Amino acid sequence: MSVKTSPAKQPLFHIVKRDAMPWWKSWLVRIAAVLVSLVVCGIISVILTKENPFKIYGMMFEGSFETERRRWMLIYRTAILLAIALAITPAFKMRFWNIGAEGQVLIGALAAGACMFKIGDSMNNASLIAIMAVSAIAAGMVWALLPAVCKAFWNTNETLFTLMMNYIAIQLIAYFSYVWKPKGTGQLGVINQNTQAGWLPDIAGNKYLLTVIVVAVLTVLMYVYMKYTKQWYEISVVGESENTARYVGINIKKVIIRTLAISGAIAGLVGFLIVSGADHTVTTDTAGGRGFTAIMVSWLAKFNPLYMVLTSFMLVFFERGAAEITTQIKSLNESFADIITGIIIFFIIGCEFFINYKIVFRGSGNKNA
Amino acid sequence: MSENKKTVLELANITKSFGSVVANANVYLSLYKGEILSILGENGSGKTTLMNIISGIYYPDSGKIYINGEEVVISSPKDAFKYKIGMIHQHFKLVDVFSATENIVLGLNEGAVIDAKKAEKRVREISTAYGFEIDPKKKVYQMSVSEKQTVEIIKVLYRGADILILDEPTAVLTPQETKKLFRILRKMRDDGKSIIIITHKLHEVMELSDRVSVLCKGKYVGTVNTSETNENLLTEMMVGKKVHLDIKRAVPVNPVPRLTVKNLNCVNREGVKVLSDVSFTANSGEILGIAGIAGSGQRELLEAIAGLQRVSSGEILYNDPQAHKTENLRDKTPVQIRNLGVRLSFVPEDRLGMGLVGNMDIVDNMMLRSYGKGRSMFLQRKQPKNLAVDVVRNLDVVTPNINTPVRRLSGGNVQKVLVGREISSAPTVLMAAYPVRGLDINSSYTIYDLLNAQKENGVAVIFVGEDLDVLVELCDRILVIGSGHVTGVVDGRNTTKEEIGLLMTKGASHKTEGETLQ
Repeated sequence: MSVKTSPAKQPLFHIVKRDAMPWWKSWLVRIAAVLVSLVVCGIISVILTKENPFKIYGMMFEGSFETERRRWMLIYRTAILLAIALAITPAFKMRFWNIGAEGQVLIGALAAGACMFKIGDSMNNASLIAIMAVSAIAAGMVWALLPAVCKAFWNTNETLFTLMMNYIAIQLIAYFSYVWKPKGTGQLGVINQNTQAGWLPDIAGNKYLLTVIVVAVLTVLMYVYMKYTKQWYEISVVGESENTARYVGINIKKVIIRTLAISGAIAGLVGFLIVSGADHTVTTDTAGGRGFTAIMVSWLAKFNPLYMVLTSFMLVFFERGAAEITTQIKSLNESFADIITGIIIFFIIGCEFFINYKIVFRGSGNKNA
Repeated sequence: MSENKKTVLELANITKSFGSVVANANVYLSLYKGEILSILGENGSGKTTLMNIISGIYYPDSGKIYINGEEVVISSPKDAFKYKIGMIHQHFKLVDVFSATENIVLGLNEGAVIDAKKAEKRVREISTAYGFEIDPKKKVYQMSVSEKQTVEIIKVLYRGADILILDEPTAVLTPQETKKLFRILRKMRDDGKSIIIITHKLHEVMELSDRVSVLCKGKYVGTVNTSETNENLLTEMMVGKKVHLDIKRAVPVNPVPRLTVKNLNCVNREGVKVLSDVSFTANSGEILGIAGIAGSGQRELLEAIAGLQRVSSGEILYNDPQAHKTENLRDKTPVQIRNLGVRLSFVPEDRLGMGLVGNMDIVDNMMLRSYGKGRSMFLQRKQPKNLAVDVVRNLDVVTPNINTPVRRLSGGNVQKVLVGREISSAPTVLMAAYPVRGLDINSSYTIYDLLNAQKENGVAVIFVGEDLDVLVELCDRILVIGSGHVTGVVDGRNTTKEEIGLLMTKGASHKTEGETLQ
């Protein structure tokens, strides 16, 4: 009569979702993950280079901090990555998987570059820069709005759409930099080298400071936008549940379009900052994959702009450090930098698993049940 | 006559619980060769759970299953196939971009290469044998609902099933399609197949089946021969004995019409008519119950009033108690309704998917309805915070603090947060859909008390319920709907569960008559 109830053999371990971890504990886990990743990187570097691992860590620091130029480069690159992360965050909060930041930055850069190239000589620098900024913002906005409108009205898949928009932007840049390139050269090169028309002015003799200030202001604005505004509240509700949004009378179409307009505008602005502030040219590499790296910056920081400052700084620091190792040790090529960054990112993302879940081993399971 | 029939399937003492809810308690069932057996019961009476046990989707906690007199263990749908049991689910499980034949042979282990020609031939053979009309090459996304169902049935027959289980097969069909299906089912029975059909449409039970087994609240009530019973007797078996709940009910004070719905018609996204000519009045200071089998149009009715569901014709009139004017709420969005000064509160059926945002804390959930107030672009969190504190204190919400995401709360506490928010806006109309579903006894009584308090404040309360005992004790008047039609309005004080139960099942036959006339 009795049904067999012999318990199935317990597996060696199983995975249990944790309750919320206190914030200090989760940060300890993250710091530990970074340390462990450095140890692993050290071991791999030693195997490949036969160098003292501390010398290799030293090189990483040198890569970011040795000279003033490098320190500014670190800050500048952090600012750009942070700004792109700020751009994609509203869309991601709304669960609109915008992986088109790369293209939105590029098209903004192209718009800014086009202004520099075409009307650089016809007006004073202030008006030119203003026009460049506005057209870059508009271009980024259009690039984000196309998928947003199609999503809002015909429920198209935004992931594919935004991804494909990246390639369109890349191809447009490839085309125009060919058309605009000076005769006898292979590429576009620096625009307005002599007149410096459309170049952002130096502040206190520093080329990057203005960009950094703009991004700092943007970060504060985004923080306020996220923490205190009704618009952000609407974005959160739409992201969590469209049914709830309908129930409370939120116009979902409007929120999708408005949010992507903001997202695209910021990305376009970043394109302008890169071209006008530092590169003074446009290439298909202007965004340099940062449109995708920014997704990681944003997620790792749980969409909090202040944490994003940290995550973007960390990613740039490791990237610069790895690049330095590659240049100092002759036997390595640039792939080594990728390996090192890959390992570090793997640990940083992997530790989030241990923050959200715990592993219960056989035998110790009962007390946690 | 049943003695000389062979029993092909027998269930004895089947019990299945989900947590603390007992879905089946010591259920007995027997099925003869070559018969159609109806399983009758209200929502939540355990019909579908029982069928899922037979088809291997659930495994019973205790009890035995016999096939052709031998005890068997059915622990997966594969086992069920082995014993020639096939189930046709209410929600079809087909691959849209595959053809009928491809769907039918899908999952059969007949080697890596599918012999399409042979399979097609076999599908045609089955179709002609029982009178199905199907194009084996047609893709599923081009098919009507009825054609999809046909594919599901052939799929089961293709696998050689002798016992077929159909879960509410007529719910999605037109009367003509239903007739056709019944013709086919009778043919299968005459061919020696045994068929179990789950339904709550009494006239279909009477028309189609040989015997009826009745379940009520997870318990087995009994089995009768269809020829020896009638609709009234079956209803009595189905609704069970009256349970005394002791819910207090005050006499309505000075009721005046607050919300008048006139000839409302409504078509859902699939183009099926879900509300037909619905008319009723909700008065201030009373609780109007809405009774009906799940999916009879209750949700669409409340959503139409709340401005969330498009209406094809009809009127929704709101009588403003202060301004003494009447507003038509039809085709207005929730925001427009609010801007008219209509204080309409709505506790939807799907609490965490519609009424609340699970990942937000109690404070942020409190301002879901009111965050937009004022011209400022910034949120005002002070009022919602005070409200959250009040709701937690007054309704005894068990929570670590007001900044806990609501998804972490238990079902009863989630509902208290939702109801607390909805009554905080001092509504003049309060609609609640299944507000006590899944709640324990104490939380349920808290909710009844809250609804009663609103009623005594002069609010027009509309309560959609499923437990007839509760409806009969709580509501002043009860509107009964069946298949989108109003089948009656009864006085809560002078009605019986049987009367309501009979009205609930009437809608379907009403519809059949209506449409055959055209």
